[in-house]
Parts: sequence; C-alpha cells; structure tokens
Amino acid sequence: MSPQFRRRLVVVGHGMVGHRFVQAAIERGLTETHDVVVIGEEPRPAYDRVALTSFFEVGAEALSLLPEGEYDDPRVELVLGTAVEGFDPETRTVLLEDGRVLEYDELVLATGAAPFVPPVPGHELPGCFVYRTIEDLEAIRAAAATATVGAVVGGGLLGLEAANALAQLGLETHVVEMAPRLMAVQVDDAGGATLARHIESLGLTVHTGAVTSEVVAADGRAAGLSLKDAETIPAEVVVFSAGIRPRDALARAAGLDLAERGGVLVDERCRTSDAHVWAIGECAAPAGRMYGLVAPGYAMAEVVVDALLGGPGSFTGADMSTKLKLLGVDVASFGDAHATTEGALELVFADAVAGVYKKLVVSDDGRRLLGGVLVGDATAYGVLRPMVATPTNPGIELPDNPEELILPAGRGGVELGLPDEAQVCSCNDVCKSEIVEAAADGTTTRAGSTCGSCKPVVKKIIEEYFESVGKVVDRSLCEHFPLTRQELFDVVAVHGYRSFDQVVEAHGRGRGCDVCKPAVASVLASLVGGHVLEGPTRVLQDTNDAFLANIQRNGTYSVVPRIPGGEITPEKLIVIGEVARDFGLYTKITGGQRIDLFGARVEELPAIWRRLVDAGFESGHAYGKALRTVKSCVGSTWCRYGVQDSVQLAIDLELRYRGLRSPHKLKGGVSGCARECAEARGKDFGVIATEKGWNLYVGGNGGATPVHARLLAGDLDTETLVRYLDRFLMYYIRTADRLQRTAPWVESLEGGLDRVREVVVEDALGLGSELEAAMARHVDGYRDEWAATLEDPDKLRRFVSFVNAPDVPDPHITFRAEREQSVPGDVAGPVSLGTTVPVGSPR
Amino acid sequence: MTASPSAGVGVSTYTRVCRLDDIDVEGGVAGLVAGDAVAILRTHDGNVYAISNYDPFSNASVLARGIVGSRSTAEGDVPFVASPMHKQAFDLRTGQCLDDADVRIPTYDVRVLDGEVLVGPPQEH
Ligand code: SRM
Ligand SMILES: Cc1cc2nc3c(=O)[nH]c(=O)nc-3n(C[C@H](O)[C@H](O)[C@H](O)COP(=O)(O)OP(=O)(O)OC[C@H]3O[C@@H](n4cnc5c(N)ncnc54)[C@H](O)[C@@H]3O)c2cc1C
Ligand code: SF4
Ligand code: FES
Repeated sequence: MSPQFRRRLVVVGHGMVGHRFVQAAIERGLTETHDVVVIGEEPRPAYDRVALTSFFEVGAEALSLLPEGEYDDPRVELVLGTAVEGFDPETRTVLLEDGRVLEYDELVLATGAAPFVPPVPGHELPGCFVYRTIEDLEAIRAAAATATVGAVVGGGLLGLEAANALAQLGLETHVVEMAPRLMAVQVDDAGGATLARHIESLGLTVHTGAVTSEVVAADGRAAGLSLKDAETIPAEVVVFSAGIRPRDALARAAGLDLAERGGVLVDERCRTSDAHVWAIGECAAPAGRMYGLVAPGYAMAEVVVDALLGGPGSFTGADMSTKLKLLGVDVASFGDAHATTEGALELVFADAVAGVYKKLVVSDDGRRLLGGVLVGDATAYGVLRPMVATPTNPGIELPDNPEELILPAGRGGVELGLPDEAQVCSCNDVCKSEIVEAAADGTTTRAGSTCGSCKPVVKKIIEEYFESVGKVVDRSLCEHFPLTRQELFDVVAVHGYRSFDQVVEAHGRGRGCDVCKPAVASVLASLVGGHVLEGPTRVLQDTNDAFLANIQRNGTYSVVPRIPGGEITPEKLIVIGEVARDFGLYTKITGGQRIDLFGARVEELPAIWRRLVDAGFESGHAYGKALRTVKSCVGSTWCRYGVQDSVQLAIDLELRYRGLRSPHKLKGGVSGCARECAEARGKDFGVIATEKGWNLYVGGNGGATPVHARLLAGDLDTETLVRYLDRFLMYYIRTADRLQRTAPWVESLEGGLDRVREVVVEDALGLGSELEAAMARHVDGYRDEWAATLEDPDKLRRFVSFVNAPDVPDPHITFRAEREQSVPGDVAGPVSLGTTVPVGSPR
Repeated sequence: MTASPSAGVGVSTYTRVCRLDDIDVEGGVAGLVAGDAVAILRTHDGNVYAISNYDPFSNASVLARGIVGSRSTAEGDVPFVASPMHKQAFDLRTGQCLDDADVRIPTYDVRVLDGEVLVGPPQEH
C-alpha cells in the first residue's frame, strides 16, 4: 500500500495490554500501513501493574514498561495524561478531554478495569483508598506515615497484595473478607485456611465471613470499619479491594453491546458490535467473560494485531492459573482448582505444622492432571502447570504415582522432562522449544518478564540446554570476576597471589565489591594465612571480620568468646559476668553453647578483649565464615549411657579447627552415644560415639533448610577420624562456592556423598596427604585474632568512634532497659552533636 | 578546631579530620564534622570522598565501615561503598543509592592538603 493510503489506528488506554498491542503492531509490521495514536489517561507510560507492590521498594522508574518514554517508531504517537471522553462510531471520531477530536479508521479500547468500591456509607472519606495505580500507592504511603492501623476490605488476590503493602508500611493490618475463606476464587477451603494461618502468624489479623457495613469517621476522616455482627475495627487507612469492574463506559455511551456482567462484548477476534472498534484486556469480555489477568489480555492484543493484518488468530479462552508470593507465602492455583470436572479425583498433601497444603485434581482414570492448589510451597507449580489437560489440550500424561508430584522432596519427588510444546510461561505464552531456540540463537523470549513465576523453570531449561551443547553456564562470582569461587581458589593457588590487587588485575575488572572482596579474602586466608586485619587485606573484610565481632542493628557489636565444647569453669563464667556488668553489655546464652555479650561500641572492643584475653579467653569467631562451635553432650564422664568422652573430643576438634576460614560457617558436634543429645547430625560434621569408636557424619545443618548429616565412615579410631575430617574440611574449602554450606556442596558434586567418600576415605584422587598438610599448616599457624590485634597499634588504630574525636561516643547509639538489661534504643535519622564538641586531628 | 588558612581554598570552613595515611586505600574512617558523623573513604585511584555516615536503610551510623569498590553502570565505573548492615550501595561522588533511585545521602566537600584530609560543608548536587 502506498503512503497516501495510510490509515489511522487509535488506541484508548496505555496500560499493560495497550502497550503490548503497540509493541506487537510495531514488531509485526502493522505500522507500515497504519499510524498509531495512543491516548492514556495516567500521567506516565505503561508500567508493570502486576508488580505494583514493589513500587515501594524499587520506585516508579523500575516498573516502567517504556523507560525511554516513547516508542522507537516515528509512526506511533503517545499522548499521556489525557482521557478519552467519548467516541462516535458513525463519524469514526474520538473526543479527548482537552477538546481535541481525532478521526480513526480502527479504534482499539484497552481501558482496563477499575477497583470496585462497595457503596457502604463513608467509602468516600479521606483515608479510603483503592489499589490500582502508582498514584494510589503514593497516596497510601503518605497516609500510612501518620497512621498506625490499616484495614483492607477484600481478601482476594489483590486484597492480600494490598494488605502486604500496608504491613510493609508498618501498619497493624486487618483483612476483612466477606466470603468464608481467603482467595475464594483461586483456592479451596483447606488452602484458604492454611493461607490464613500463615498470614496470621505474620501478625496480620484476618476476619473472614465478615461484612463491612460502614466506614466510621472521626474528624472528617476514616477512623475504622464497623462490621455486621462483630466489633468495630479501628483503622485510619482503609483500602477497598473488593474486586474489579471493566471500564466499559465509553463503549456503553457509544451504544456498543456489553456483556451481561459488564465488559465490552467481543467475538473471537476481539471485535465489538461495531466492525471498526476492538476491545482488549480487562475492559473486554470475549464470549461474555472478562479476564482479570494480564496473560489473556496479551493474547487478545496479539489477536487484534493479527486480525488487522488479515491473519486468522482468535481468542478462545485462557489459562487462569496464578502463582504468587503473598506476604512471603507461596500460593498457586491452576486449571480446574475446584474439581468441577465430572468424575475428578483429588489428591491432597497437608502438613499443618509446616503450613503446607497441596492438592492435585486428576481425571477419573488418574492419567490426566486437571488442576490444583498449592499453598506454602509452590515449587512444583512450574512443572505441574504445563501438564494440565484442558478441553483443547490433552496435557502430559501423569506418572504412575502422581502423588509423588506433591510430596515433599525427601519422600519421593520426580524430575519431569517437559516436552518441547509444554507452555512454560503462561503470561506470555512461551513454550519450552521457543526458549531453547532463543538460547541457541543468543536471543531471549518474553518468558519470565511479567509475573516471574516461571523464571526458575526457564532458567533450568536454559542451563540444561547449554550443558547439553557442552557450554559452561555463567556462574560468575560478580561483575568483577568471571570465575566461580572454586576457579578463583585455583588461580590464587596456582599463581601464588597474595593480594586482592594482584588477583583483580590479572583475572578481574574494576575495583571489586562487597561480594568478591570477602570471597578473595577468604581464599587468601585459606591459602596464605596471616591475620585478617593485616595490611591491605583488612579492607576486603565484611564488617564482622574487620572488627572481629558481630555488628548489631544499632551499629554496636556483640562479643562471643570461645568456650570450646561448651565446657567452662566457674571462674571463667564469673569473668564473663564481670566484663558484661562493667561494660553494661546485654548477655545471652546462644544456641551454640556459649555466651554472647551484646552492645559494645567499636571503641570499647579492645578494652573488653583485654579483660577476656587476660582471663584466658580467645575469639570465638562468631563473626567469620569460619569454624563456629563444636557442640558436645556431657558424654561418658557423667552420663550413664555415654560410651566415649564426647566432651574431650569436642574440645579437641574445636581447638584444632578454630580460626579455619571457609566458604560459609562451619559447625560441628559430638555425641557420647546414639541418643545424640549434641544434635551432631544437625552440623556440618557430626561425630557419634559407638562401642568401637566414632561414626563420622557430614553435610548437616539447621537454619532455613535443615538437613541431617549422613554417615561418611563408621567405627573410626580418633586418629583416623581426625585425618578424615582434615581432608573433608580442606576438600570443602577448596571446591565449594561462596556461601555454600557443606550440605549443598555435597549435593553439587557429581556423585554426591559417594564422591566425597572416594576422595576423603579412599583417597581416589591421591590428594589425601596434600589436604592433611594444608590443615597442618592451618593448625600450626593459628593465633588468637583478638590477642594479636591488642598487640598491634596499627590494627588498634581503627577501633575509635571518630578518627578526630576518638573518645566521643557516637551519639547515634542509644540504649534503653528491657528485663533489667540494656538493649538498642530507637533513633530515627542522623543525630548531630552540634559544634560544641572539640575535635582534633590525631598525629 | 579548623585548619589553618592556606592555598586559596576557603579552608576556614573546613575541619581537619585526619592524615591521608590514616585512611586505608579502599577503606574508610568516621569523622566528626561540625557535629555530624561523616564517613571519609578513599578509593584506589587516590580520591577521597566524604558522605554522611548514616545509613538510612538500617538507621545506623555505620557507612565508614563498609566495603569500597566499583560498580559498572551505563556511565562507566562508579566508586561506591556498600553499607555493612544490609549491603545497599552508595555512589561516593553523589551519595546516590545505586540500589534505590529514591534514596540519596548527603555528601561533603573534601580537600587533601599536605597529606591532611579536610572536610568541608555538605554539598549540593
Ligand atoms: C547469637 C546466635 C543466636 C542466639 O542468640 O542463640 C546467632 C546469631 C546469628 N546467626 Fe545464627 N546464631 C546462633 C546460632 C545458630 C544456630 C544454632 C547452632 O549453632 O547450633 C543455627 C542453626 C544451626 C546451623 O547453623 O546449621 C543458626 C543458623 C543461622 C543461619 C542459617 C544457616 C544456614 O545454613 O541455613 C544464619 C544465616 C547465615 O549464616 O547465612 C545465621 C546467622 C546469624 C547471624 C550472623 C545473623 C547476622 O548476620 O546478624 C546472627 C549474628 C550473631 C551475633 O550477632 O552474634 N544463623 N544460628 C547464635 C550464636 C551461636 C554461637 O554461639 O556462635
Ligand atoms: C496490585 C495488582 C496485582 C496484580 N497481580 C497480577 C498478577 O499477579 N498476575 C496477573 O496476571 N495480573 C495481575 N494483576 C492484573 C493486571 O495488572 C491486569 O490484568 C492488567 O494490568 C490489565 O491490563 P489492561 O491494559 O487491560 O489494563 P490497565 O493496565 O489497567 O490499563 C488500562 C489503562 O487505560 C487507561 N484508561 C482507562 N480509561 C481511559 C480513557 N477513557 N482514556 C484514556 N485512558 C484510559 C487507564 O488509566 C490505564 O492506564 C494485578 C493488578 C494489580 C492492581
Ligand atoms: S548423647 Fe548419650 S552420652 Fe551424650 S548425654 Fe545423651 S545419652 Fe548421655
Ligand atoms: S508465567 Fe508469568 S512471566 Fe512467565
């Protein structure tokens, strides 16, 4: 078509779907024949409404879908901050609020939806909000600054998002839901109850089956919600999130057909009852049904571009699956979650203690997955959703024991090879083969760019692809080093580097960061040794290592003297008590069988250490990625069941490995018999006494993902035990990733624990004596870091509050009393001392 | 106490805080300047920067104890310090937080004269 026949396409609404429409129009060549004018009412270009809540963390710019502010195609014009007032299908004109009139050949309505505010008395009071735009969030944030309690009317997906935001803004938060459960659309009763328990454990209050009858006012502002048959909830911030309504007013005024329950009625090609008017996204109702998710809207946008290009595309319904993290709780619902299909069977796994609820809905023959609900743990979502069978798609046949798909990993769990055509990203309709093709061409797909729930699966597919063609997947430490920690360890060992500068100049770029510097420091500590505050290495250390203590929330530090094996004399206990009393420190027995002294100011640390060191204490390395404690049980000395002296061994091991720097912290334990009172199997290395000697277990930890250590070798004499432990620890230190504890490290090795056994016990690599020698060097080179610091004026220099006023305590640090001890006081904003304090430059 | 006047820079409003040698390369010290806690940090290329010591994310006066490094951005490498508390990065030149466009902390003018570090008034950006 020649230019004089160019046609004009007007798009009303620049939201997520309007934007996607324009993008597709440009990419697919529609702008070759059409000029596009987009009219948006909001003051800014389209942004990621799905991620709206993260506005508080990342700001408006990061959410923008069009950060440049305009399209990279001169035939598209974007008019923002301007609403469309109406259009006339007869004259094919659009009227803008500023009085301008635009002619169109084709009109696309993408006006989205508006939150539904139930017409309860008081809903218009100041203090009442909705949750839809960046401006809404800005207003909520401003109101929250002076409020203490907030309430959200509506316990659906969006209501919980809003509740999350209110809680993040520091408000005591109530959720009021009319239905008997939360997220009534997506999850079933049991799932809703699990979710409610989770949310209440986070300190929010959930009211289900509660009907709001009025917003109570005080001083002309919202002050609370009165509920039918229940107490009034006080709330200065009220957010209505009781569903959405399609914005179909323009179409209604123009006389177009609407769906019974609202929305612009469109056919399979998203055409309205007027042949030149189309509707897409949340304002549209294909076959009478509106879709409150972005993926169907994107599909409609593609369909209309296709139709205008003369293609065959059509919209016949969409996957309403959702996965999200609400207040830190995973929730997913997909397919026929409510088991409405004839003959459908339900498989349920519920763990009330862990707060996990999972349900699969399968066909009557058990071969097809129809849908499901996951609450508390939705890791299986990425694998399950593409398997779902729909009327038009047979899905993927289920394995013989489909329940394994939802059992916790330890009790089965199957890896599923996804077929090429499996849809991985439902937001953007991207299937596995498209992701693989893009990876092969070095391009990317849109998968993962919208709600993000498919990202883990996308990442895995890409990694698998690269591994299958023999390429290495980027596991770089950070932007400064294209190396893993293990590779870094090897280059430092091979070249004999002794400083960060040498390493970064030869193998990195820039000046490093808070990720690579401590990692290089840890590698240098393992290979070179020496004091962590020596010369240039001290600026590589995280603050805890740099001050040989643990930083606390108010900028003070905690001090943990080593108490090997948890055994301590009364005299030493008294010294700890005296030091704590004299310096006003808070004391607490730790979970690691020792005592932590909290609240020391930087400038007090040397004096505290002096007292402790003089009494025979040394650093407990509570701060370092290093050996922490070797926990003991009382063992054969006292216990009537003990078969070996577990205390002696725990002390010996703790003293042997004290100060050993490693990729992550290291903990050990020794129990005197199989009753395991020292919880040794919860440690990186655990020793349990047997009649004949010791059993050695490795790869355990507590924390967020507890793992039990597994048996490496049994019935060892003490000497062999120590030899194996030396090898095991050095092997770990040399090959593990940064911040990888022993359990995931063992998992990551090809061959897992068997491989560790080959190297450590069978010495298959012939590395045994080298690893032992490295450990011997560590043991010989050990010196207490506190004592060494006290002897060195150069290291002590930095332990001052202010370099030019070393005796003036930082006024920012304050304390208050709680249960007869001192704890951090609350200070907001920087504190100025004024100019009255004399300062001078140290000479 | 303020520095003695010299070399035409308006030194009288500057506080002499320490000697340059007192600051490790890629390290920092906290100084008290007109009653404010100021973090004075030194980069590998020999520059010295002064920013507020106060980390607005953690409400603690700690930035002098952060790790100094560089981050690559569209405008090239930016010298930064990472808060020791929760690692947010601050551009040493401007005080701009590199992880949150909405946060910027005060910076102060710094001069190094005869090996002495002088910190001046807060800067406008
Ligand atoms: C003080 C203490 C809590 C207490 O009052 O009891 C504590 C305090 C901290 N723990 Fe812990 N943990 C303490 C025992 C534990 C235990 C119990 C134990 O050791 O038997 C565990 C579970 C066992 C384990 O580690 O496997 C434990 C698992 C963690 C984890 C999770 C580790 C994991 O692999 O998942 C972290 C986070 C991390 O290291 O990344 C952590 C991190 C921390 C940090 C370093 C968090 C931080 O960055 O501020 C805390 C600072 C310590 C401080 O300020 O002194 N702490 N922490 C305990 C000190 C023990 C000691 O004497 O050194
Ligand atoms: C907090 C929140 C979380 C969400 N989470 C998810 C999720 O996890 N997954 C998911 O799939 N979906 C989610 N959604 C829904 C998703 O954001 C919408 O489905 C999507 O934005 C719809 O796109 P749209 O373009 O149709 O509407 P919108 O993005 O609302 O865009 C419509 C635009 O048209 C403008 N407009 C309206 N009338 C006029 C007029 N007369 N003149 C000019 N402009 C006009 C509006 O101002 C608006 O900018 C969420 C929504 C919210 C609010
Ligand atoms: S582990 Fe055994 S020896 Fe140790 S305290 Fe328990 S029962 Fe006694
Ligand atoms: S499924 Fe939402 S981004 Fe892929």
